[in-house]
Amino acid sequence: MGNGTSIGRVRGLGSAHSGAHHWLVQRFSAIGNLVLGLWLIISLVTLPDYDFKTVREWISGGIPATAMALLVISAFWHARLGIQVLIEDYVHEHANKFACMALLNLSAFAGAAFGLFSIVRLALGAA
Amino acid sequence: MAGVKNRPLSPHLQIWRWGPAMAISILHRVTGNGLAFVGLGVLLWWLGALVGGEGAYAAFTTHASAWYGRVVLIGLTWAFFSHMCSGLRHFVLDIGAGFELQSNNFWSVITPIIAIVLTVATWATILR
Repeated sequence: MGNGTSIGRVRGLGSAHSGAHHWLVQRFSAIGNLVLGLWLIISLVTLPDYDFKTVREWISGGIPATAMALLVISAFWHARLGIQVLIEDYVHEHANKFACMALLNLSAFAGAAFGLFSIVRLALGAA
Repeated sequence: MAGVKNRPLSPHLQIWRWGPAMAISILHRVTGNGLAFVGLGVLLWWLGALVGGEGAYAAFTTHASAWYGRVVLIGLTWAFFSHMCSGLRHFVLDIGAGFELQSNNFWSVITPIIAIVLTVATWATILR
């Protein structure tokens, strides 16, 4: 184990020690997206029709609603991690980077919450 | 951080001759972020419209079945399959395999082709 660069040691900054975690979760959520994304495409392709009643009846079922909720969690998590890398690669100014990361985190949680809330409403049969 | 801007820079994109692995790498980033920004938006709109009722769902399908909606949906399908195939390639590279020049070039070229075939097959089944 090294202790980082000399300037990093002076500033008390070494490795963040969290890079491997980001990398691993990106892979775990990738496996989730692989399975659930293929499930969604196959389900949609095999649906007999795309009218309101058919789609609504299908997604209200226990397994489709559960899989859809898991897809929302997995996809938003994976996207949050991926966009984080995009920001880290292209936004170098500290204040802008902080603003982008704040916006990303809030948007990812808001989007996932809206998706999950919609699925719960569909599954519980709210009008 | 005044001093940081004067640090020497390592050579960047412009000095390298383009190869298949570089193309598939940037394609992975483009399709991934396309799916994140556009795909997740469409997914939430679709779910929200299903909750909203027949009127909201009809508004969604009107746009989804228009020519521009089809372009977006077919584009997203392609982005999904493309990101999936290049992602599977990453899994192989992660275990340390597939770095030999021949096989690396081969899978870099074949990956987007498989994605296009899967996209065509999917939409051929839907529009059948």
